[in-house]
Amino acid sequence: MTVSTATTAISTASAARRTDRRIRIARRAATPVIVVLSLGGLLLWLSTLELDSIEQRTLNWDYIFLRTGEHLNLTIVASILVAVLAIPTGILLSRTRSRFTRGFVLGLANVGQATPAVGVVILLAIIWQTGYTTALVALVIYSFLPVLRNTMIGLEQIDPFVKESALGMGMTSGQVLRRIELPLAVPVILAGLRTSLVFCVGVATIATFINAGGLGDMIVNGLKLQRFPVLVTGAVLVASIALLIDWVASVIEDVLRPKGV
Amino acid sequence: MPESTDTALTQIASRTDGARIVLDRVSKVYPGQDAPAVEEFSMVAEPGELIMFVGPSGCGKTTTMKMINRIIEPSSGSITIDGRDILSLDPSELRRHIGYVIQQIGLFPHMTIAENIAVVPKLLGWTKQRTADRVDELLQTVQLDPGTFAHRYPRQLSGGQQQRVGVARALAADPPVMLMDEPFGATDPITREKLQAEFLRLQESIGKTIIFVTHDFDEAIRLGDRIAVLSERSQIEQFDTPAAILAEPANDYVRSFIGQGAALKRLALIPVETAVLGAASAAVDHHRIATDDSLRDALDLLIVTGAPAIGVVDRSGTLVGSLTVERISTALGADATALAATRSDEGRLA
Ligand SMILES: Nc1ncnc2c1ncn2[C@@H]1O[C@H](COP(=O)(O)OP(=O)(O)OP(=O)(O)O)[C@@H](O)[C@H]1O
Ligand SMILES: [Mg+2]
Repeated sequence: MTVSTATTAISTASAARRTDRRIRIARRAATPVIVVLSLGGLLLWLSTLELDSIEQRTLNWDYIFLRTGEHLNLTIVASILVAVLAIPTGILLSRTRSRFTRGFVLGLANVGQATPAVGVVILLAIIWQTGYTTALVALVIYSFLPVLRNTMIGLEQIDPFVKESALGMGMTSGQVLRRIELPLAVPVILAGLRTSLVFCVGVATIATFINAGGLGDMIVNGLKLQRFPVLVTGAVLVASIALLIDWVASVIEDVLRPKGV
Repeated sequence: MPESTDTALTQIASRTDGARIVLDRVSKVYPGQDAPAVEEFSMVAEPGELIMFVGPSGCGKTTTMKMINRIIEPSSGSITIDGRDILSLDPSELRRHIGYVIQQIGLFPHMTIAENIAVVPKLLGWTKQRTADRVDELLQTVQLDPGTFAHRYPRQLSGGQQQRVGVARALAADPPVMLMDEPFGATDPITREKLQAEFLRLQESIGKTIIFVTHDFDEAIRLGDRIAVLSERSQIEQFDTPAAILAEPANDYVRSFIGQGAALKRLALIPVETAVLGAASAAVDHHRIATDDSLRDALDLLIVTGAPAIGVVDRSGTLVGSLTVERISTALGADATALAATRSDEGRLA
């Protein structure tokens, strides 16, 4: 998370920007290469193994696609919900004068994130129900903070004189928000969303504890039944998804970053 | 009463060659402060007048100026533009008809130079073509080549170029009133002088009512039709033409603000042609000064060359007379007498 926020706050010197670009391109190429290599390696390794019946039940394409689909579904739906909820909340919070309200909401989001993810999931399952919806709610609670905080930071870091001149030229405060503040805050908000996507990929493995599926199933099965290949496949898949999602998000970040900034 | 607001704004907007601004006993007390930042400030700016606010840091220049476009709301008193109370107008609508330039420039970093300049025309609903034409025209006015600069982003411009864009942007919708807060503050002396000269030429052709804040007294003398010398709480110590303030500072405060060399500063305001010239034959050397140069330039030439007299040439280059240090000194005295005379005339009329 700190890494992604830091990348958006890079120095502006043009020389630095050029080397920076080269590093970014290298890093851009690195991720897919690593993912392809590790998935290929995994496949190769699995093909050399004699799978027993328990292993065959999980290490087949249907099962893997099903669990991966569930995992992606949880991650993406939760992230969309976080975006839809946390960005407007961040805008509203950055507009309130009341320090108390800001402190309170930020504190609440902090609690959501600081509580161990397993705790949030199990607690919700106990007081409410098990299944997909609960897992989704837990994910949203858990990954709310990065987007909320980055939205606020993104809006607050804008040069106050840029806002003043916008107002002074006759924009209404809504126009200032839409035409000036949000476009300028986009990189920071996106960095928050990216963090929260990666969080979600990791935390969605816990959904299995409350019967919400996902790749956590494979990992837990592998552990419980002491089937090493199953465990490794689950873990490598989760890691690959996290890397790929982070990669896609970084590409989107670059595309949406306003020119001239 | 949206209708009356609309008509009032239309009327103000149509006065593109300057509106009359009246501030009447305007005060501003910032929340949580005992002393007012501006206290009972009254002033009339005539249409087309360029008024300079000069004063030390923290005296309330910016606060006073920002009350005119309601970036800061006055605590008491009234402000009218062409007779309309600005507090009765919609603030956003009002601001679209008041050009605004701040010291920090405040260009929008994510918009190109052309987009920056087009902001107010867009808000006013101009057509694309009209806006584009206007952007081109303005870039040329502030001496930036549209082909080179229109599609650059602010950070690709130098400080001085950004200042020009700031001025162009404020002029975009041809507003009757301009508020400029140290617009040339962040530039080096040479760029600043160039910007000032360009700005003077511009104001000659556009003739807006301009409130111009600076803490550089020399800038005030150079640009202003009238200067308001301000002290703590935006109190007006003197409000007069540059020549009158230099010739007759109202008090020690103003005198200290003028600093050394008041006579030289006055000479800079008096053109050579107002002096009584000596015989052309007195100019034995080939040193020449033009009739529309200032007496300060003439004195400068006299000192540098060490000549007893220099020749004066008119626009066509014909020698029309000569100048000596004595004649310059006499001209300065005559200027002071003339000032005093108009002063007592005004006194009688009032
Ligand atoms: N937003 C604010 N809240 C509280 N006090 C303020 C605020 N803005 C200005 N002041 C105070 O009001 C006084 C006048 O400030 P102002 O900015 O008008 O001065 P100025 O003459 O423009 O100074 P400078 O030449 O430094 O720009 C100062 O004492 C300043 O501290
Ligand atoms: Mg100021």
